[in-house]
Amino acid sequence: MATEISLPVLSPNDFASDQEVRWCPGCGDYSILAQMKKVLPTLGVPPERTVFVSGIGCSSRFPYYMNTYGIHSIHGRAPAVATGLKASRPDLSVWVITGDGDALSIGGNHLMHAIRRNLDINIILFNNQIYGLTKGQYSPTSPLGKVTKSTPLGAIDNPIYPLSVAIGCEATFVARSTDTNIKHLSMVLKRAAEHRGTSFVEVYQNCLVFNDGAFDYATERDQKVEHTVELEHGKPLIFGKNRDRGIRLNGMNPEVVELGRGISEDDLLFHDERLPEPSLAYLLSRMRYPEFPEAIGVFRDVDRPRYEELLNDQIAEARKAKGDGELAKLFSAGETWTVEA
Amino acid sequence: MATVEKPIRDIEEATVRFCGDSGDGMQLAGTQLTNTSALLGNDVATLPDFPAEIRAPRGTLAGVSGFQIHFASHDIYTPGDTVDALVAMNPAALATNLSDLAPGGTLIVNEDEFEDRQIKQAGYLTNPLSDGSLDGYQLFRVPMTRLTRLAVAEQNLGVKESDRCRNFFAMGLVFWLYDRPLDPTLRYINDKFSKRPEIAEANRRALRAGVNYGETVDAFTSHYRVRRAKLAPGTYRNIMGNEALATGLIAASKLSNCELFLGSYPITPASDILHELSKFKHYGVRTFQAEDEIAAVTSAIGAAFGGSMSVTSSSGPGIALKQEAIGLAVMTELPLIVINVQRGGPSTGLPTKTEQADLGQAIFGRNGECPLPVIAARSPADCFEVAIEAWRLATRYMTPVMLLSDGFIANGSEPWRLPNVADLPTISVEHPGALNEGDTFRPYARDERLARPWALPGTPGLMHRIGGLEKQDITGNVCYDAENHQHMVHLRARKVANIANDIPEQTVDGPASGDLLVVSWGGTYGACATAAHHAQTEGQAVAHCHLRYLNPLPRNLGEILSRYRRVLVPELNRGQLRMILRAEYLVNAVGLNKIKGKPFVVGEVTRKINELLKGETNGATNGDGFVPTPTQSPVSLREGLQGD
Repeated sequence: MATEISLPVLSPNDFASDQEVRWCPGCGDYSILAQMKKVLPTLGVPPERTVFVSGIGCSSRFPYYMNTYGIHSIHGRAPAVATGLKASRPDLSVWVITGDGDALSIGGNHLMHAIRRNLDINIILFNNQIYGLTKGQYSPTSPLGKVTKSTPLGAIDNPIYPLSVAIGCEATFVARSTDTNIKHLSMVLKRAAEHRGTSFVEVYQNCLVFNDGAFDYATERDQKVEHTVELEHGKPLIFGKNRDRGIRLNGMNPEVVELGRGISEDDLLFHDERLPEPSLAYLLSRMRYPEFPEAIGVFRDVDRPRYEELLNDQIAEARKAKGDGELAKLFSAGETWTVEA
Repeated sequence: MATVEKPIRDIEEATVRFCGDSGDGMQLAGTQLTNTSALLGNDVATLPDFPAEIRAPRGTLAGVSGFQIHFASHDIYTPGDTVDALVAMNPAALATNLSDLAPGGTLIVNEDEFEDRQIKQAGYLTNPLSDGSLDGYQLFRVPMTRLTRLAVAEQNLGVKESDRCRNFFAMGLVFWLYDRPLDPTLRYINDKFSKRPEIAEANRRALRAGVNYGETVDAFTSHYRVRRAKLAPGTYRNIMGNEALATGLIAASKLSNCELFLGSYPITPASDILHELSKFKHYGVRTFQAEDEIAAVTSAIGAAFGGSMSVTSSSGPGIALKQEAIGLAVMTELPLIVINVQRGGPSTGLPTKTEQADLGQAIFGRNGECPLPVIAARSPADCFEVAIEAWRLATRYMTPVMLLSDGFIANGSEPWRLPNVADLPTISVEHPGALNEGDTFRPYARDERLARPWALPGTPGLMHRIGGLEKQDITGNVCYDAENHQHMVHLRARKVANIANDIPEQTVDGPASGDLLVVSWGGTYGACATAAHHAQTEGQAVAHCHLRYLNPLPRNLGEILSRYRRVLVPELNRGQLRMILRAEYLVNAVGLNKIKGKPFVVGEVTRKINELLKGETNGATNGDGFVPTPTQSPVSLREGLQGD
């Protein structure tokens, strides 16, 4: 009989730190934290090889509540911190926790570049369409006209859509879920973890204090079936309480159609998360409430070489070609001369 | 025509400057003369000086690029105060450089370029070659363009490509003038142009044509020889500052057994550190060209958390962007080297010129009480040792360390005596191992130096979270307690201050007490050392004290300062070290402050020393202490306007 190596069975508690969680009661972050703690034990990566990196904002307190390694860094820079860590330590499982302000406002540049480099990291963006920690200013995802402390007459900047940005940067994994749909959320987190390359996940998250109900259309029991469409690879886009509506492509544009009366499932748009070309995923990311149901699930999951592998391959190849570098050789590079005693 | 062997005269030293358009290959000419002189065994020191524009319009004053080299048969520390031989490839180069040529000095001009349009473009009303304005120099009018075209005629190159060989003609002539061998340059040509044999041959011919011109033309009556310098025994190579810095970083990585991670964003004059390190992947070096300065430093912080030897390199404007993240490294107490190759500021300032005006930024530049060690290199070769020392301090004290260099050091070069690998110090770096069952890891517990443990992700049982929020002592948990904050602010300050016990006591060159102490730091070392030495040979009680460590300052510095009647602090800024010394030691230090994008020349320091010894200056003033020379021409004023 072969020797069996018994791996310790981990539970959510193994990933919980001893720190008191200090989000407001009822914050959507609690749910995301709970799902993360459920998903991590299923991945086969022990807490000591898991690192959470965050920026600044409510969501960015996340690492303190995990019994893993963690860095609560500075505003917007978590993707860059994670890049240095993952590039030099490919053995670690690296998660970036960020918010809409952190990732898309002050840290927009780093987000874009982390995604295009495709390091094997997971970026989870908690989108609540508001600045919470600074007490309620509008964020880059707040809708036009949003009245906040800093926009008493309504926001006049056009919002940015996180998934459209990620797909524009040719992210290899893009998904969306919501804080209240916990089964779906844990499925998406697990898929993100399993993807090799940068996984970008947007989570609709409710801020009870400063922006309550912003995503009710997508999270409330009676509304979500009408206003969201769940993406499944290889399946047509169907939604509605009676599953009687779908998304059809009309040229380059999606349209909502009713099934029956000459329109069958075969006429609908079938989801393909593995298309090398990101246009379909982009099109799906542009379906917005109230004109369209908003898509949740995995938009895109494709394979591309990872930055840290390319970097470490270059090092391995240089060592193979030139031998492991020796200091004496380094010092005497180029032309030298000797002064006798 | 039969050539007669021309007499050769022994001299101790010479300073030569090549200058021309930025596309004329002056940096190459200077580098070749430098390497050749170094290989000959001379001591050398160099000063490249180029515009911020890659190719400014041809023939303009803004587009002039120069390279000065000082070579000698004895120890030298500066690229020379005045130029003995100036090679000017066009009127603009003559206009911007003539003021540095010594009276009676050798002036070699490419007379083919002195036609009306270019003469006017350089701001001359009449042709300087014929209006008598150059009577005070030994003027050699050489038709370099025509002679070079003739020399390379057989290679059938276009006019542009033929003219591109002119710098080799100029080199050949200077090599003849100072009796330099051609071999190193011929080797360079073979290497560089191996894929374009016709260009290689043209350059060889231009080079030889220059030598032959010197040998045959009657105007050149004699030439010079500078014998090898009596340098300490050993094997040497010529090294530039940024190259020495990169080499020192790799050495520190090997000595500490930590793989090197550089997060950097290109910026003049620091980019060569990134270029240089990116060549050494087989030494385990990871270079990451980040999307911006902030990503450069934060990626390095991420790598430091993972256990790498982390470095970020930049210049003043980039350091300003990094400061918030450097604060994070102070708070998280991670080892990190931050390199600032200083340039003229503020803002974009003078990108290609040198300055020492970031000392304040280095010491005080972050929000909150945020001390970190600051050390500075004094010369190109010194960068090697300073890099190793920076990493020693960073790991022993778990702190970011600011390493200051400057544009003058970065692009300058000097002979570097190769260290014996076995003689280099090892840097012992320890990471705590897994805990025993039931033990709790305390990430902010401290050793006798007040350093916290460097626990690496991947180690079972040591999971911990760090970040920019105030940390509770010992546990490292987030803590807003008032007493704890005061305690931690003092603790971090004490940790850095303790470094004073771990660095050598400050030494002085010259008398242990006396009339005047010259205190310098960074790239002004050479000018200050030389000026102090001159004063000593004249019997004056003047000593020189050069600081490598700027924070904390050496523990005996206050006592040293008290032993001299006057203290002079020459700096390429408005008096940043002087302010610190006055604040720290209540010493009545006087400044010599030059902010022209150029290093000191020895004479400037000497003049100030003499002035102070005669008691002409009231040390109590806090003025700049640097009066622009009355001979300053409109040209040099205009020079100050270039660069973006």
